[in-house]
Amino acid sequence: MNLNFLDFEQPIAELEAKIEELRYVGSDNEINIGEEIAKLQGKSKDLTESIFSNLSSAQIAQLARHPQRPYFLDYIEQIFTDFEELHGDRAFADDAAIVGGVARLEGRPVMIVGQQKGRDTKEKIRRNFAMPRPEGYRKAMRLFEMAERFKLPVLTFIDTPGAYPGVGAEERGQSEAIARNLLVMSQLKTPIINTVIGEGGSGGALAIGVGDRLLILQYSTYSVISPEGCASILWKSSEKAADAAEAMGLTAPRLKELGLVDAIINEPLGGAHRDTESMAASLKAGLMESLEMLDAVPLDKILDQRYSRLMSYGNYTE
Amino acid sequence: MNWFSKLLPSRIRTEGGTKKSVPEGLWAKCNACGAVLYRAEMERNLDVCPKCDHHMRIGARVRLERFLDEDEREEIAANLKPVDALKFKDIKKYKDRITQAQKATGEHDALIAMKGKLKGMPLVATAFEFKFMGGSMGSVVGERFVRAANICLEENIPLVCFSASGGARMQEALFSLMQMAKTSAVLAKMSKRGVPFISVLTDPTMGGVSASLAMLGDLNVAEPNALIGFAGPRVIEQTVRETLPEGFQRSEFLLEHGAIDMIIDRRDLRDKLANVLSILTHKSAA
Repeated sequence: MNLNFLDFEQPIAELEAKIEELRYVGSDNEINIGEEIAKLQGKSKDLTESIFSNLSSAQIAQLARHPQRPYFLDYIEQIFTDFEELHGDRAFADDAAIVGGVARLEGRPVMIVGQQKGRDTKEKIRRNFAMPRPEGYRKAMRLFEMAERFKLPVLTFIDTPGAYPGVGAEERGQSEAIARNLLVMSQLKTPIINTVIGEGGSGGALAIGVGDRLLILQYSTYSVISPEGCASILWKSSEKAADAAEAMGLTAPRLKELGLVDAIINEPLGGAHRDTESMAASLKAGLMESLEMLDAVPLDKILDQRYSRLMSYGNYTE
Repeated sequence: MNWFSKLLPSRIRTEGGTKKSVPEGLWAKCNACGAVLYRAEMERNLDVCPKCDHHMRIGARVRLERFLDEDEREEIAANLKPVDALKFKDIKKYKDRITQAQKATGEHDALIAMKGKLKGMPLVATAFEFKFMGGSMGSVVGERFVRAANICLEENIPLVCFSASGGARMQEALFSLMQMAKTSAVLAKMSKRGVPFISVLTDPTMGGVSASLAMLGDLNVAEPNALIGFAGPRVIEQTVRETLPEGFQRSEFLLEHGAIDMIIDRRDLRDKLANVLSILTHKSAA
């Protein structure tokens, strides 16, 4: 089993392995091999298309947390220039699960904030698997307020399983830190664009997720709790995560249909991790487009619209 | 049935086995110290155990009726009812869970809002009904809270919220998550306008409710020994793999860590809040 591929992608992995093998042979015998490779590549593409055109919610949830999926820092590198990371909440610590700082987008000054996962074990631990602690949210809030002072649009990038369930986090007021961000962001006098780039999990995601435009990458997810968490509470068994993923409607198309997200950013065939560069280009285009849309609206109107949008969330009868 | 029971004439036989339950309604047992208490006395004592001062959980409606002055009460947005927009089904349908909770509690959803008076001072009070799906916050809870807050904004009167909730309602998925943002946004407006909001945290206040409206009071106060936090203690235990210290996430722990302004005994609540609110709103002492 190829670990760079998820279980449902294994048929693709097998084909790709065959192509690699042929290439290896091909280097000393050029006749007809090229043709064969092209044929197999076509087949692999078809296969990928057919598998990816019919993904279940649980499979998309797997893609959203694929170990090779591009993380916030990868996008920073590809999309922004002149990034300066700013650290610390000025009160307790610097939380490496949230990265933030000033940068330029096509020359334009912006504030960017997002959750960051780790690649190797050491970094995963340092980043706490992108599960922020209160000081992370407070750092984010400090940067949001700075953005307001210096008239920088805020771009946030959501990729977290959720806030960290730890003793220290509770002692230092996890709930208050999340709640305060929701309150501050709802009235922040600068445009805010939120993008879910991987996992959007619960209050930990929402704490940097209030704004004027909500974008989501095609194979990202966003919900009130992880499928495993939902399954273990409602089904009393985390093994029902696939059912929970389906029931919660956490995929991009479903959220779009429900009117909860504004736009879906398409991913390259096979997911963002198969072609980070083209993914970053699409994301950048999406961000530029949203920013231009907001540029056309006066700030007080943006704030009114943000408020009415927040008030419009929910379904009920009277 | 054993041979002896069979011998007994049917009128002597008792149904339902050996355990005799206390007649419904007359006696209550303190679930902290186990003292058996006369229910009428308990009620006079606002469901606080006279022996050990344990604060029992109480329903939302009872809570508001005891908190507000007896005259001029008016329920807010009473007709809002939940809908199942996602057609959510776990081991049960969400629709059935709603019906069941409505039958069990007599309420449409997990938050009740009332306009009334506290010692003559007009205000709006809201309370979570924990028996309605764990007091979970879905669309109706969010909307009712906002409508209650809007009345406060219009009439420039304080808002008090008694929270008792397990958090966001999972059956409404992202919609319920967004209620956190919605309720926080209306509180931002109140805060900006200087309309007081007092959050009373009661047992238990967790998850998405704790991480939004419940922690955003001008004053956050709690009843004694209430469980208050973001992540549930069991989840934390599984994550950190150690037993949690005694009193973790209890009101006294929050007071010590600076998360709440004070702990108020239920029997003093009306006096204390009336006092604070009269000061915040520049009224003469109640």
